[in-house]
Amino acid sequence: MTDLGDRVAERPATRHRHFWTIPRRDALVGYLLVSPQLVGSALFVLLPLGLVVYYSLQEWNVLAGTFEFVGGDNYAKLLADPNMGQVLTSTALFSVGLVVLNLALALALAILLDQRLRGTTLFRTLFFSPVLVSLVAWTIVWQFLLQQDGGVNGLLGVAGVDGPNWLRGETTALLSVVVVQVVKNVGLNMVLFLAALQGVPRQLYEAAQLDGAGAWTRFLRITVPLISPTILLTSIITVVGSLQVFAQIAVLTQGGPGMSTTVLVYYLYQQAFQFRHLGYGATLSVLLFLIVAALTLLQWRLRRKWVFHES
Amino acid sequence: MSRRVKLALYALLCVLCVPFVFPTWWMVTSSVKPISDIFAFPPALVPSRFDFSTYGRVFELQPFGQQYLNSLYIAAVVTAGTMAVAAMAGYAFARVRFPGQNLLFLVVLVGLLIPSEVTIVPLFQMFHAAGMTDTHWPLILVPILGAPSVLATFIMRQFFITLPGELEEAARVDGLGRFGTFVRVALPLARPALGAVAIFTFLHSWNLYLEPIVFLSTPSKFTLPQALTQFVDAYGSPLWNVQLSAATMTALPVLVVFVLAQRQFIEGLAHTGLKG
Repeated sequence: MTDLGDRVAERPATRHRHFWTIPRRDALVGYLLVSPQLVGSALFVLLPLGLVVYYSLQEWNVLAGTFEFVGGDNYAKLLADPNMGQVLTSTALFSVGLVVLNLALALALAILLDQRLRGTTLFRTLFFSPVLVSLVAWTIVWQFLLQQDGGVNGLLGVAGVDGPNWLRGETTALLSVVVVQVVKNVGLNMVLFLAALQGVPRQLYEAAQLDGAGAWTRFLRITVPLISPTILLTSIITVVGSLQVFAQIAVLTQGGPGMSTTVLVYYLYQQAFQFRHLGYGATLSVLLFLIVAALTLLQWRLRRKWVFHES
Repeated sequence: MSRRVKLALYALLCVLCVPFVFPTWWMVTSSVKPISDIFAFPPALVPSRFDFSTYGRVFELQPFGQQYLNSLYIAAVVTAGTMAVAAMAGYAFARVRFPGQNLLFLVVLVGLLIPSEVTIVPLFQMFHAAGMTDTHWPLILVPILGAPSVLATFIMRQFFITLPGELEEAARVDGLGRFGTFVRVALPLARPALGAVAIFTFLHSWNLYLEPIVFLSTPSKFTLPQALTQFVDAYGSPLWNVQLSAATMTALPVLVVFVLAQRQFIEGLAHTGLKG
């Protein structure tokens, strides 16, 4: 090892050969390689995170021109905010609906595509294609399709069903945003599930079948445990993603009707950038951060309990 | 599998396809329909005659060409920048030993827990203080260096960890330094992972909506997603046919490019780090 070290160290800087040992050179290169990411994290992640906590302690209204320290007042306001119950309910309904529907559909589609039928590559492409369509373009098209006299009700009409005005009813509006978002992004999880399913050794299924296990038992006892790392990963990505849905709501419903689709992110945007209550907006940001962090850590904890490890 | 089961599965797949395919089909065909066809009930699947006039209107109502260039160049710069930053950091965290490594990695990972919405208020304030609001800098710098690039770094690290150590030993014996090993040996092997990162990053930048509407106020600086929502008449009602033409121009090229390259990238997505 020392021989090798001397030989390599000899080339560029013979004067420093004793100081610039291989581990030291490695460390230097290591620091240089991570430095852009570290500086970026400090500047655009940690600093704003600190600032958002600091701002949340200020009464800061751009329109009124105020900026003064008020301690926990914004947090007291948060607790007393009459809209908060509705916002959190909408957020929870939206996230739960989106995560459940997305994961269930992704897994179902992946299983369907894993059936060794001819032409599944074509179907895979079709199911995946919305992932590639510009988000706002996708949402605008659905906004049109979901009108009272739009394409969705047109298709339902062919089947003899009289569809509602989707974006004007409280329940149907929330449901619409969930479905539009699921159809847009489910392809991503589907592809990840498909790769995981293809990694399950076929012999296991054959052996289980010989032992008399039915299709459902094979699914629960072989498939689910073996793809559990992928289930964990996709659920973390999907849960965090569900709390970030903004453009779809801004375009489709602007939070309405009433406040039925005003999820936390949208409420934050309204408070901070429409009503210019930046201090209160920062307080809502802190709440959003705590929810995301708590959910992610919770899922990471659960991993030990139900994720199957091969080794 | 019996014939009947196969047939049933195909039927199921076809029905399930409708919500995935119909909106895109409808967007593209409606953009060349005369307005009366757009509002036809039940919806017309193909145009009764072709009418391309709305495509011209798109460019009259807004500096759409400029906005298209804005989105393209921002996405290109962000993609290239993120690939560089993430490959370097991912390699260092995976293969190089240096003091404080694990702690620094944890610090970087904090970014994964932070939706960009959480930091939008202070970021706006910071860029405002630096005189960079209504410029493209926030849309370029934050994705490359901030929270969005952390996932890319994580993917690259997961990939580099799987490289066999013997490769690097061999490179070293051949007289390559650490940096040379990274550039000449590790990076060429990382093409699938880099491909996945590139696609993720491009789509993320291309779809960005909250940041542009917070940071930009001059129409000629807008990006496409923001521009798409601006095709409204004097009363604020959307000009559907113009909007659909603009949406088609935004969505179709990317869709076609990716569908042509889909083999590489769907498999790239599925087989890099992301398998957990």
